[in-house]
Amino acid sequence: RAPVASRWRLGTAVPRGPAMDLFGDLRRMNKRQLYYQVLNFAMIVSSALMIWKGLIVITGSESPIVVVLSGSMEPAFHRGDLLFLTNFHDDPIRAGEIVVFKVEGRDIPIVHRVTKIHEKENGNIKFLTKGDNNEVDDRGLYKEGQNWLEKKDVVGRARGFLPYVGMVTIIMNDYPKFKYALLAVMGAYVLLKRES
Amino acid sequence: LRKNVEDFTGPRERSDLGFVTFDITADILNGKNGLQTFIFDWNVKQLFLYLSAEYSTKNNALNQVILWDKIMLRGENPRLFLKDMKSKYFFFDDGNGLKGNRNVTLTLSWNVVPNAGILPLITGSGHVSVPFPDTYETTKSY
Repeated sequence: RAPVASRWRLGTAVPRGPAMDLFGDLRRMNKRQLYYQVLNFAMIVSSALMIWKGLIVITGSESPIVVVLSGSMEPAFHRGDLLFLTNFHDDPIRAGEIVVFKVEGRDIPIVHRVTKIHEKENGNIKFLTKGDNNEVDDRGLYKEGQNWLEKKDVVGRARGFLPYVGMVTIIMNDYPKFKYALLAVMGAYVLLKRES
Repeated sequence: LRKNVEDFTGPRERSDLGFVTFDITADILNGKNGLQTFIFDWNVKQLFLYLSAEYSTKNNALNQVILWDKIMLRGENPRLFLKDMKSKYFFFDDGNGLKGNRNVTLTLSWNVVPNAGILPLITGSGHVSVPFPDTYETTKSY
């Protein structure tokens, strides 16, 4: 072997720079270090999932954080705002509250305000919703023949909100290439980052 | 916070429909910590005000209907001085529980929408009871 000679040849023939250093790093990493990086990555993903599941348990809502998709609640909420929900079983539904609900058979949750409630003594409640920015109530959005919403349709009650933050999700949805690019960059960073 | 109202009812199909006219005189203040301060502080973007009617009927133990609402943006004067307002939304009951109902209460409440943070619902102090008459009006135009 003549390591000195080959290194010298590499030094004169190939341009050096940060990209070359990165690949040099990758080649020098042995299997154990690679496994370590992968485990590190897996831990980050698991922790994120645990936090999300924990939120679901604490709030009682299947989707404790939602992004506003339409302008039907302007000027309070705009497309891209983030909403924090709770869905405690004993929380009564009252007129004026902002609820996130799903129409039977549809995936997309809707964020609107409760405008009418009729509750029986045993707790059975039926209620009507309307977007602040809409002229009419939501009956046109409900299922065919459905005039009221029930507790089971509720995903949660809006308790807090952050403006603009949800825009990232909307961009990722509308431009999937952006999502993949972002994931690729994040993955590459975590896998290649070396802890000194 | 004061309101005065008069009303009539008219049946539509099987449900009672109530008509309410009202005046609202109100001063919206922030009552946190027992102190009354200006409601539009640095973190309040707007208020969603609504007048709701709450009552009980044979059919339903609790009914709440929003009759009127208003969005008040930061910068507007947080005082209301409205006269002879008609309800914005149809006041239908789920059944015939408005006829002769003496205990319909109107309350003014508001949703504070912050620039970021918690979304509280506040009920104003003061409410008015609106008794509905025992008979229907059939020819009144609204």
